Amino acid sequence: MGFFHQHRGLTPYLLLAPGLLWLGVFFLVPLGFLAYQSLQSGSIDFGYAFTWSWGNYWNAIKNYHGHFVRSFEYAGIATVVALVVSYPVAYWIAFRGGRWKNLLLLGIVAPFFVTYLIRTLAWETILADHGFVVNTLRDLHLVSANGRILATSTAVIAGITYNFLPFMALPLYVSIEQIDVRLIEAAEDLYASKLHAFLRVTLPLSLPGIVAGTLLTFIPAAGDFINAQLLGSTQNHMIGNVIQSKFLELTDYPAAASMSFVLMAAIVASVLLYARAVGTEQLTG
Amino acid sequence: MKDELTRQELLRRAALGAGLLSMPGLVAACGSSGGGSAGGKKVLAKTLHFSNWTLYMDTNKKKHTFPSLDEFQRRTGVHVDYVEDVNDNASFFGKIQGQLRRGRSIGRDIIVMTDNSRYPSLLVKKRWVEKLDKSAIPNFKNLEPVQQHPAWDPNRDYSLPWQSGITGIAFNDKLTNPVLSIDDLLGNPKLKGKITLLNEMGDCLSLVMLSNGDDPAHVTDATFDRAMKKIKKAVDSGQVRQFTGNDYAPPLARGDLTAAMSWSGDIAQLGNASIHWNLPTDGGDTWTDNMLIPTGGDVYTASVYMNYVYDPTVQGQMEAGNPKKNITGIYYIPPVVGAREAALKVNPAVANNPLIFPTKHMLDNIHLFDPSALNNEKYLTAWQNLISA
Repeated sequence: MGFFHQHRGLTPYLLLAPGLLWLGVFFLVPLGFLAYQSLQSGSIDFGYAFTWSWGNYWNAIKNYHGHFVRSFEYAGIATVVALVVSYPVAYWIAFRGGRWKNLLLLGIVAPFFVTYLIRTLAWETILADHGFVVNTLRDLHLVSANGRILATSTAVIAGITYNFLPFMALPLYVSIEQIDVRLIEAAEDLYASKLHAFLRVTLPLSLPGIVAGTLLTFIPAAGDFINAQLLGSTQNHMIGNVIQSKFLELTDYPAAASMSFVLMAAIVASVLLYARAVGTEQLTG
Repeated sequence: MKDELTRQELLRRAALGAGLLSMPGLVAACGSSGGGSAGGKKVLAKTLHFSNWTLYMDTNKKKHTFPSLDEFQRRTGVHVDYVEDVNDNASFFGKIQGQLRRGRSIGRDIIVMTDNSRYPSLLVKKRWVEKLDKSAIPNFKNLEPVQQHPAWDPNRDYSLPWQSGITGIAFNDKLTNPVLSIDDLLGNPKLKGKITLLNEMGDCLSLVMLSNGDDPAHVTDATFDRAMKKIKKAVDSGQVRQFTGNDYAPPLARGDLTAAMSWSGDIAQLGNASIHWNLPTDGGDTWTDNMLIPTGGDVYTASVYMNYVYDPTVQGQMEAGNPKKNITGIYYIPPVVGAREAALKVNPAVANNPLIFPTKHMLDNIHLFDPSALNNEKYLTAWQNLISA
């Protein structure tokens, strides 16, 4: 113990050590290897060699920019839809849930007790061309007589939204739940309408939740490939599908690695832009 | 060699008089000291690690057991650790190649990969597979003559066929008139958005090339481009819903798909009365799944198992199953001479099913895909870009 008393300054580092070690071994080292691989050239038949082939990056952008754009579009739409759907739910649970709060929160998390793959596959059955849902939509003329939902962009975006919804709803709940109700009452006492009180008080105070939720939803959604593979058609493939097939099917590791880096860079750039727009302090709440 | 034959004789007798003779005792009597077969030791391992595709083994559906594997254990004392973890060639290869490249064992004694992907030939070329112990496989003589000399393993030194299949067209007769040609599949407006093609390049291109009047066994840039153009047109028009592996089966059964490019045995296994499989009018393609022993696998034990499945009686039973005992068979095309006769005894319906034991007309109209095209990086990349749009 004497050692720790003498070297008090070390304590924070010691506390951080396990986490940093973990990050170093399982994130930075593989990332470094990926960077190294992304500049290689060659093939599985003849082996790979490190050749500073920056062309991999150029090819990734030149050949697959459509997939990058599509990924960000799908992830963006899914994030907005998830926010619009989750906010009222989180709001209601936080302020009106009462003694049912925990049960309702459990309800949001419940789908997560089923594996990702099975959850997504279930939508194949729900949205089947001759299933109840699509037949009903056809009767309501929301889907044309020959139309379908499965294997369209709608199904892919809906699948992503569904699968990442809890990542949006839970942070929203946490930040809304912390809001002091008296502040809203005070706003109303000061003649703010319900709408004004919401826009001026509740919404800004829940912004940390919105920021956390959108990031937690958008980042993994942009790299997702399961939803596009199971619920989409060939025209709906995202960049994740291309990376997956380059890595495992074509065993073109340099191309896959460089695409992963382009995706990472694009996500970091959009997160930075977003952070600048809403203000960095919101990122940390 | 002589010693080996004696051993085989012993095994056979053990099978006959299994009630009298306990096999584990026999193995012990043979002086088993455990361990692998490194250095050509003729010692059976306790466990055979076998990676195969799903729905590819005779299965007792009630008890959830694999009767032929149980029988193998009864005869030899070797327990088969049977894992259905090959989902498609590309991703399985992706999983194992890292260890093989470093010369490490992947913990498997037998794996099964398809010859119309580039992987079996790649594995042989890289010597990431072990040579078979043919002295332990006297039943090698039962290998179908057409299967004996594939270009990628001319003397079958490294591989033995597991099963073969044919690629053709399946359709649901409740939803469409018969779909018998690729031109109909890709061009009939009534099928728009209701069909799938296979994501295996060899399968898909073979059928489309045949419909173009081109020879899939000799792919040239011109025939490749012509086929790709035809497929791309169907994709862009929305005719093609998806490119699939084995996963076309559920939507086809559900009615989401009206027709699909598909594999013969799957449709036999599906057992749905309204779904029919046909060889396309312009011809189909055939492929063979091959047993291979990956680096570090137990050569002797794997070879003994291969010998076992090349026994026509065993193969016939594996193929046909046994409806009386609730056993479903493999229902693909067996590579073993004499399997049909054996199957006829247990399940005549299977023995007479042309999808499982193809007719001469069928065999005359199936083609092999050009193996050199399978290794052409330019083609592979173009194909991957097409199927992932």
